[in-house]
Amino acid sequence: MSELARLLLPIADDELILGWRNSEWTGIAPFLEEDVAFSSIAQNEIGHARALYELAAQELGTTADELAFDRAPGEYRCAQLVELRLVSDWARTIARHWLYESADAVRLEELKADTDGRVAGLAAKIDREEVYHRLHADMWASRLRDEPRFASALEELWPYALGLLPEALRPRLAERVRLPTDVKAQGERGAHTDELEPLWEEMTMVRRSVPGASW
Amino acid sequence: MVTAEDVWSALAQVPDPEIPVVSVVDLGVVRDVRVEDDRVHIEFTPTFLGCPALERMRDEMAATVEKLGAQAEVDVVLDDSWSTDRITARGREKLREAGFAPPSPRAAAPPSLLQLQRGTFHCPYCGSADTRLENLFGPTPCRSLRYCTGCRQPFEQFKTI
Repeated sequence: MSELARLLLPIADDELILGWRNSEWTGIAPFLEEDVAFSSIAQNEIGHARALYELAAQELGTTADELAFDRAPGEYRCAQLVELRLVSDWARTIARHWLYESADAVRLEELKADTDGRVAGLAAKIDREEVYHRLHADMWASRLRDEPRFASALEELWPYALGLLPEALRPRLAERVRLPTDVKAQGERGAHTDELEPLWEEMTMVRRSVPGASW
Repeated sequence: MVTAEDVWSALAQVPDPEIPVVSVVDLGVVRDVRVEDDRVHIEFTPTFLGCPALERMRDEMAATVEKLGAQAEVDVVLDDSWSTDRITARGREKLREAGFAPPSPRAAAPPSLLQLQRGTFHCPYCGSADTRLENLFGPTPCRSLRYCTGCRQPFEQFKTI
């Protein structure tokens, strides 16, 4: 696998799987505004995944759809944070959302400075959309800051959030969200929770039942 | 023989699939048109990456060029060269007439929540600046929801990116 694909696939997988998880709120969010917000954020993340897969696919001689849907669950490179099924628990959902968007901001800063112009250009484009995700996540984090359920969700998910970033970038995330640095990351990339496989089953069902279908 | 001008004027008739009052040229998504003999190269810079209209735009641009009797090659440019500042003055006016508040100009720094809550955003219906942010997100990736206290109507505000 090329170096570029190795760089992009974990990020694309994060965005695809989190996009899927965020879309699970469509129709059942606590109120209408959040139904719209989570659906729109999900749509953006899946759009980012597609663009990242397309760039990786050019290198690998394949297509974005094949990368997104034709790999076995064990081949995905997403971090464990995005795999967790948190629907029905708003405090944990917002904790993940805020931690993810904060980590993504750190990651995008790095990618925008990448020496490969294709990576830097795409990261800059993605970042323009992510500005709105961060505004939304930051607004919720400050609204829930003093809620005990939110505090314990942050404590539970913080080790998973560290697993999103390579070790060198973790201190920057910790500084950004003001959470402790002396915590061990939960789940290095490539190791999956039990929650990925049921998601994968559902996500790839149509494609597996009618291979090569297009619409 | 097709000229670049012919292609630009034909593309000016290709509507945005979701907001058909504006064309792809009004939206500023056509970055460049080059003609070499009977081949036309179009550089297309998508708006929002998750926008489902992107494929339609690309296919309709290609079909439009083919109707002119040329072969089309649409290159999708995935960098940050598109921003809402690329929407033309004509495009902005058409958006407003259709009830969509056009995006405010991009500033050096990304917008803050406070700016979006308190900034001056005019209602596309009555022109009042007495409007408030209802939701950062809206029915499509490109829009937020605002409410006008002047004429008591919700409206869709183009996000600035």
